[in-house]
Amino acid sequence: MSKALRSIFIFVRVGIAAACAVAAIIMATSHYSTNFFGITMEAKFQYTPSFKFFVIANAIASAYNLVVVFVPTGSPLSGLVIMCDTIVVMLLTGAMAATGAISELGKHGNAHAGWLPICNQIQAYCDHVSGSIISAFVGLIVFVLFMLYNIFKIVSLDLHACR
Amino acid sequence: MALENGTKSDLELDSKYGQIKAKLVKQLPLALRWLALIATTTAAIGMGLNKQSKTSVVAIVGTQPISQTFTAKFQQTPAFVYFVAANAVASFYNIMLVLLRPFFKGRENALWVHILDLVIMVIVATGAAATTSMAELGKDGNVHARWNPICDKFSAFCLHGGMALISSFVGTLDLFLLNIHSLVSLHRSVQGQQPVDPSV
Repeated sequence: MSKALRSIFIFVRVGIAAACAVAAIIMATSHYSTNFFGITMEAKFQYTPSFKFFVIANAIASAYNLVVVFVPTGSPLSGLVIMCDTIVVMLLTGAMAATGAISELGKHGNAHAGWLPICNQIQAYCDHVSGSIISAFVGLIVFVLFMLYNIFKIVSLDLHACR
Repeated sequence: MALENGTKSDLELDSKYGQIKAKLVKQLPLALRWLALIATTTAAIGMGLNKQSKTSVVAIVGTQPISQTFTAKFQQTPAFVYFVAANAVASFYNIMLVLLRPFFKGRENALWVHILDLVIMVIVATGAAATTSMAELGKDGNVHARWNPICDKFSAFCLHGGMALISSFVGTLDLFLLNIHSLVSLHRSVQGQQPVDPSV
């Protein structure tokens, strides 16, 4: 593999790691409180298990991408890397889905269960969390596309050779 | 077909144990596909028919009690709606693959099956993840947001939803195993060890 292509792949991996790390850090620093009608309402990411899972999953994905940068191309570890890529993508998508569900609930509430939306009371918390979700989404999309490209690359090497 | 380590495989295949093992391994993708089909269909139907009504007295006017019916349906939660849609799409995909099995031999088709498997697995996994977060909320509530749990009042709704969720997790695991199988098979076919074995 040429040096330019290898450096592009390293750049993509580091970019994914950066996006996931930013998402985890932004979510972990979300802590807001507000007063309404004399009641103090506090919002932290630890109060929701989905957000805790989100932080952990993005931290794992970020560390994984930084470690994988050091795997040399063409070594037997490359096949294992593609498999672990799939696993980490699954982890990230699970975290994104769970966080998305809770965020939608916090924004709109659920009238049938008697759950009021909280974004009207603490708008800053909702903005903070949505920024984190956007960053993780960008990292996830780039990760999935990169993984698909790797799979196609592995298989089409032999397809071209056979024709 | 010429194998890399030809002598060892011939010796292995000659024994009866080797033959039975080879036959079982050959049927593994089809068995996993059937299992995924059953699991995703069960999940879609289980959550799609999930509904529980409860009538309770809310007020007493004079001597007459006024009762109201509270209904818990899956349509009231967007995450559950997505869950039903995702599992319905996955079960339709699995049905199609099982029915159109003879058309999917060959390396290009195996690659397409692999990619589509990946997409469908991600769809089902996200549905399961979103539903899990909503189910945890319905079971434990959230004290800080003043959201009360509902599973103590609608226990049958929660139970049916939980069964559908478990079934969906089994389907996700099956699709993941199919993914790993097709990845290994494609990798081996590229290295020239054996022809590709499509995961259908």
